[in-house]
Amino acid sequence: MRIESAAAYDELRRRAREEAAAHRQEILVCCGTGCLANGSMRVAEAFSKELQARGLTAEVGTFTKRTGCHGFCQRGPLVVIQPAGVLYTQVKPKDVPEICEKTVAGGTVIPRLLYKNPADKKRVEHYAEVPFYANQTRVAMRNIGKIDPTDITDAVAHDAWAGLVKAMLEMTPEQVIGEIERSGLRGRGGAGFVTARKWRACRNAEGERKFVVCNGDEGDPGAFKDRSIMEGDPHSVLEGIVIGAWAVGAHEGYIYVRDEYPLAVVNLTVAIEQARARGFLGKNILGTGFDFDVTISRGGGAFVCGESSALMRSLEGKVGEPRQKYVHATDKGLFDRPTVLNNVETWADVGAILLHGADWFAGMGTEKSKGAKAFSLVGKVKNTGLIELPMGMTLRDIVYGIGGGIIDDRPFKAVQTGGPSGGCVPEALLDLPVDYERLTEAGSMMGSGGMIVMDDRTCMVDVARYFLSFLIEESCGKCVPCREGLKQMLVIYDDLVAGRGKPGDIERIETLAAGMQLGSLCELGKSAPNPVLSTLRYFRSEYEAHIFARACPAGMCRDLTAYEIVPELCNGCHLCFKACPADAITGETKKVHTIHQEKCISCGACYDVCPTAGAVRFFPKNGAREREAV
Amino acid sequence: MVTLTIDGRVAKVPAGATVLDAARAIGVRIPTLCQHEALEPWGGCRLCLVDVTKKEWRGWQKMVVSCMFPAEDGLAVATATERVVATRKVVLDLLLARCPDTPLVQRLAHEHGIERTSYQPNPEPTDCVLCGLCTRVCDSIGVSAIATVDRGAGKEVAPPFHQPPPDCIGCLACAEVCPTDCIPYQTSDSARSIWGKTFTMVRCPHCGRAHITREQAAFYAGRGGVPESYFETCDACKRTQMAKTFTSLSAVR
Ligand SMILES: Cc1cc2nc3c(=O)[nH]c(=O)nc-3n(C[C@H](O)[C@H](O)[C@H](O)COP(=O)(O)O)c2cc1C
Ligand code: SF4
Ligand code: SF4
Ligand code: SF4
Ligand code: SF4
Ligand code: FES
Ligand code: FES
Repeated sequence: MRIESAAAYDELRRRAREEAAAHRQEILVCCGTGCLANGSMRVAEAFSKELQARGLTAEVGTFTKRTGCHGFCQRGPLVVIQPAGVLYTQVKPKDVPEICEKTVAGGTVIPRLLYKNPADKKRVEHYAEVPFYANQTRVAMRNIGKIDPTDITDAVAHDAWAGLVKAMLEMTPEQVIGEIERSGLRGRGGAGFVTARKWRACRNAEGERKFVVCNGDEGDPGAFKDRSIMEGDPHSVLEGIVIGAWAVGAHEGYIYVRDEYPLAVVNLTVAIEQARARGFLGKNILGTGFDFDVTISRGGGAFVCGESSALMRSLEGKVGEPRQKYVHATDKGLFDRPTVLNNVETWADVGAILLHGADWFAGMGTEKSKGAKAFSLVGKVKNTGLIELPMGMTLRDIVYGIGGGIIDDRPFKAVQTGGPSGGCVPEALLDLPVDYERLTEAGSMMGSGGMIVMDDRTCMVDVARYFLSFLIEESCGKCVPCREGLKQMLVIYDDLVAGRGKPGDIERIETLAAGMQLGSLCELGKSAPNPVLSTLRYFRSEYEAHIFARACPAGMCRDLTAYEIVPELCNGCHLCFKACPADAITGETKKVHTIHQEKCISCGACYDVCPTAGAVRFFPKNGAREREAV
Repeated sequence: MVTLTIDGRVAKVPAGATVLDAARAIGVRIPTLCQHEALEPWGGCRLCLVDVTKKEWRGWQKMVVSCMFPAEDGLAVATATERVVATRKVVLDLLLARCPDTPLVQRLAHEHGIERTSYQPNPEPTDCVLCGLCTRVCDSIGVSAIATVDRGAGKEVAPPFHQPPPDCIGCLACAEVCPTDCIPYQTSDSARSIWGKTFTMVRCPHCGRAHITREQAAFYAGRGGVPESYFETCDACKRTQMAKTFTSLSAVR
């Protein structure tokens, strides 16, 4: 049935909710990419079979639902049993009969499968009480994990497309843009550009043919928020795109999806077909006479293809290289037509803003950064995964609240935000409220929301070097400052970590960084020095140690670091012996162990595995026998 | 016409001109490497960077490449601000590291006070500055026989799969446009070779001069719908013939 009035939509939603309510219990099995990799499909199948066999499907009205990513992939496969809200982690097919018997039929929990809070070692029964979830606010990710992404009826039961119905049937395009403007929505994919400003410029641009484009290239190493949104709730993305197209007057749209995201393509394709059948997309949308359709385009595979001008080149069928442009894409973008390009998450926010109102969205966040933002929290924290938080939450709350603190309770050192274009924020700024302005002031950026937590065993020189080595592969090579600059910057860093640093290197880095920032053609090259400059800003002494003392204070640069065992402290547990990949350790159980320097490759495995504080220690290799721990 | 100032001097240029065009029109020199008047600007070498501002920008300056930035009324261009010079020097320093033995690069660097690169000189020196002129000229003819391959640090100009390019017609336009003369070729009355591909020369049936390759004649013929034989006669002989025809025509009259 095609929807052509608000009443028809309300009726559709009422029936969808009724249908959902008929299931007395729902077993939500996460079938996001992370959990699938851990075998969640077999868990889902086991549930379907087991429930059938036990007659629970008919009797108790239990239903298995395959959802998108819950964000806590680290503990996957995840299973949530509703309405009780019980969360089971790391579920295996062999656990399924017990869950059906004890929890589904018996109403009791299985402690073994519950999440254990690393802070107090207590098991947590309910999804909503797990600190990882309890502190989140979900806007773009509102329905992920709740709905079956391949079922539009289930999505509608959770308000999907209600924002479009309201926008198109109750508002004018100008009012829609005004609403987005008042909400304060800013781009979630890069620089945080004000979304409504782009939309209005495109609406006012001359020309009949206009485009809207969704950027799902997501090339930052380790980022996966856009993938999870496209996979777990493709309707939120589509709904936003249709609202945007209607507001700016575009009839054609593209979703540019990173080539490594096949499940996102499948789920989007299914959602597009279902939305067309309902009249949310295609010809004569909601009976208003407005036509709009989208095409999915598989990405070119390079990080730089996510850059706006390169992405548009790639969509035009040309090589995905950035182009110098002194006109806005909203005047001359794709095929030289007025174009709005927004990130997946930005589009996913739009429907919710229309449905709940600009004030609701603007009620979250800080003065200039409104709403909630998705982050992928990774690195040395106890809980890693995908989260969505109101803007302005402090880094401390994120790292210690949601993240549960640093693994092994080691000292915190820095958070890297914003991916290869971002920077490192040090401990002194842990109380920094996370929003666009504060991160930029701190020398980092929001970027697409990557957060890598680092502990004291992280060498900041090496961190900068890592991002340079990523970017050198990803630079398109068109312009001199980026192509040759990255090459030479990496030469300097290779020397630093190998103990070949020279006085004057820091100044050379700074001059080169300034040249790249000002001279490069696109943002990749312009922002490439950010990891370099932010580590220099906050950790200059580490650079100086590498250059002048030939020492790596974190003990991570192998060429600079040696390890030894302190005889008085070694209790002979033999763990280091087993961990050493180079057979450099001798010693028998319960006797003092020794590291033989000539064989040691400075991998640090002994240091990491040793349970006795201080028994393994490191010192700068140059002063090999100085016995002075750094 | 639009009116702007460059380093304080007034320039008037037709609408559609770039800042670089305007600078050249009044004799202000801005270094360039990847720009050629017959080709679309590209913006890769970054040598032609300048600072631009306008009254209504309230002191804000923007660094742009002059070969692409449009000349506009009221624009104030500064070609040698401190940051422009500093950035240009970084670019030249980097280019000199890439091409330590290339006379053109050495000369440009020298003009900016750089005698030796402060970076690591290329262990495999090349003369190619990756200005993209060769591939762009080949594209503009409609042949596209060569392209830049690879991205980032490994980028180079090459025919597909590093094999003699099947589409190349041996016109030598790429070699002629190359600012550092780094595309090797050989040409004689009987044969020509470039990019590892060898061509047979067509001799003008009238004067016997070898002026074009067989592939060029075929390509132009295919493009223009004119018989191949038309291109076999060299331009000089075509003119002579034409003159003869006119003379005989007027004699008849
Ligand atoms: C090298 C580079 C890579 C980028 N990659 C992405 C990406 O993967 N996804 C994305 O949404 N934006 C990416 N951007 C930012 C886009 O150019 C653009 O600003 C953004 O998609 C606009 O959407 P927004 O306003 O909704 O954030 C990238 C930018 C650069 C310079
Ligand atoms: S800055 Fe880097 S990625 Fe961007 S155009 Fe230049 S070489 Fe290519
Ligand atoms: S640092 Fe690595 S190689 Fe050296 S002793 Fe320890 S485990 Fe063995
Ligand atoms: S010689 Fe070959 S590669 Fe060079 S411009 Fe002519 S056709 Fe292109
Ligand atoms: S071969 Fe010559 S024309 Fe081609 S990119 Fe290199 S320097 Fe430029
Ligand atoms: S894929 Fe299951 S929680 Fe992410
Ligand atoms: S001449 Fe302008 S960028 Fe090369």
